[in-house]
Amino acid sequence: MSGPSTYVPQTGLTRWLDTRLPLVRFAHDTMLSFPTPRNLNFWYAFGAILTFCLGVQIVTGIVLAMHYTPSALVGSIPDSNLAFDSVESIMRDVNYGWLLRYVHANGASMFFLAVYIHMFRGLYYGSYKAPREVLWILGVIIYVLMVLTAFMGYSLVWGNMSFWAVTVITNLFSSLDQVIPHLGSAIATWLWGGFAVGDATLNRFFSLHYLMPFVIAGVVGLHIWALHVPGNNNPLGIDVKGPQDTVPFHPYYTVKDGFYVALFAILFAALVFYAPDLVGDPNNFIPANPVVTPADIVPEWYLRPFYAMLRSIPQQLAGVLVLAGALLTLVFIPWLDSSRVRSNRFRPVMKVFFWVFVADCILLGYCGSEGVDAAWHLGGIELSLVWVARIATAYYYIYFWVLMPLIGLIERPLPLPDSIAKSVLGASAAPAE
Amino acid sequence: MATTTTAEPTRRDFLYVATGAVAAVGAAAAAWPFIDQMNPSSAVLALASIEVDLTPIQVGQSVTFVFRGHPLFVRRRSPKEIEMARAVSVSDLPDPVARNDNLPADAPATDANREIKSEWYVSSGVCTHLGCTPTASTPQIPQGEFGGWLCHCHGSQYDTAGRIRKGPAPRNLQIPVYSFVSPTRIKVG
Repeated sequence: MSGPSTYVPQTGLTRWLDTRLPLVRFAHDTMLSFPTPRNLNFWYAFGAILTFCLGVQIVTGIVLAMHYTPSALVGSIPDSNLAFDSVESIMRDVNYGWLLRYVHANGASMFFLAVYIHMFRGLYYGSYKAPREVLWILGVIIYVLMVLTAFMGYSLVWGNMSFWAVTVITNLFSSLDQVIPHLGSAIATWLWGGFAVGDATLNRFFSLHYLMPFVIAGVVGLHIWALHVPGNNNPLGIDVKGPQDTVPFHPYYTVKDGFYVALFAILFAALVFYAPDLVGDPNNFIPANPVVTPADIVPEWYLRPFYAMLRSIPQQLAGVLVLAGALLTLVFIPWLDSSRVRSNRFRPVMKVFFWVFVADCILLGYCGSEGVDAAWHLGGIELSLVWVARIATAYYYIYFWVLMPLIGLIERPLPLPDSIAKSVLGASAAPAE
Repeated sequence: MATTTTAEPTRRDFLYVATGAVAAVGAAAAAWPFIDQMNPSSAVLALASIEVDLTPIQVGQSVTFVFRGHPLFVRRRSPKEIEMARAVSVSDLPDPVARNDNLPADAPATDANREIKSEWYVSSGVCTHLGCTPTASTPQIPQGEFGGWLCHCHGSQYDTAGRIRKGPAPRNLQIPVYSFVSPTRIKVG
């Protein structure tokens, strides 16, 4: 769908450059003239929104690193540490430090909000299906890199929840001791650079937290490249049949994406200015304490669904495998879905299970937020949340490994429209929108 | 250009494989310092043992010290707590091994194998599930059903001999090498 280049250099300089390094041609073909389906809706704006989020995180992060001290050594007051102190100094002393840090910290939440919508959108419209499998897998890789980056960034505050989050998550590796004795502990010690989470751990996490966004940016480049080979999927899930089905990316989608980025930025600003600690944990206002675990230890909201899965399994190694398997499953989706129709708009049965799946993920997130002993009381019956999480975890796996292959075979999809142009313009070819 | 195919390896094949092998070994040798720098440094490995004065600890009290960066539990058990720990049979335990560095690796997890002196319980304070620090029961505020410790992270429950009884943790709390240097003083490590 990329098609032949329509770029024509207009000046002597661009003609000279075009025969040596066709950089302007590349930018023109990918960002301006790129033919894009004319029916992309609001949910397709999240690619641009995510690019915006990555940019915000990199810019604020580089600036914060100028004021941050990655050290767990004792700080200015007893039981404090230099890392925690420097974060407090950013909040209180550095000019606009409070703004930069709140944008960066809440930016992670907004980034994950956007990426989850982007992923659910891809699932709903079947954007992972051929010929977009590589595009989807690159997206899964970006998501996993985001999780790692967010986790390491969260550790840098070196508050008490940060410290224990690092302890618990790095200890996941110790479950490998059950496969090969001492292997898991050796990996954990290697990750920590000591016998416990400490100064060495914090320093390496800082180094990697600085590196990872640039790795993400690189994979985003591949993701966009893989998008531009087959071109965008669209809400109808049918292929583009000719120029009548597309519009140039600029000005149509630069403006549409720009509008939604602005709306997203308003929501972002509302969080930063009116509720900057809404998603934070109060325990992170306490400096890291290696001998006192917070009473209720929870990860940030965006990792709670996976945390609920981990906690719902009573056997340690099995819990870790279920958690890892939930992420790995995403890679296989292009081959698990047996349907010949991409978009759930034309899949009356799968559509229902899709929305149940969305609710299931939210339910898992809720289970991961509650204490270990929490339970629901339904008319005298006590239902432990651990069991709710187990059922929800089972549905997560069943959705991908059973329903996706099965429903594609037995479901009768609704008739597909002949083309994007006909669907948008109608039989009478009325003006669009 | 025609290529000649012979069954016999040529001198060129040998040079090709040998060069590749040297490059692979060289790459591995160059990678090792980058991998090993992550491991604990000499300064960390040189962490000394600690001595704990037991005199301030009251009957029924559990105190947490820091040993090699990790919490260390020292508990002065009441006769009732000792009795509770002895009442359970090893075959009913999820982890039947003592996990005591002072004993052979296959010692059974009897109460006697979990302490040097039955009044003084000493172990790591690292939950064997994912490394949180469990909270100790007191007579006023019990933690879990077994009178010992409850890990709030994921609900693992330990008894008064630090043995896992319920929840996701796979092993009993690890007991480090320690000895009594005097009746009221222990050396750990």
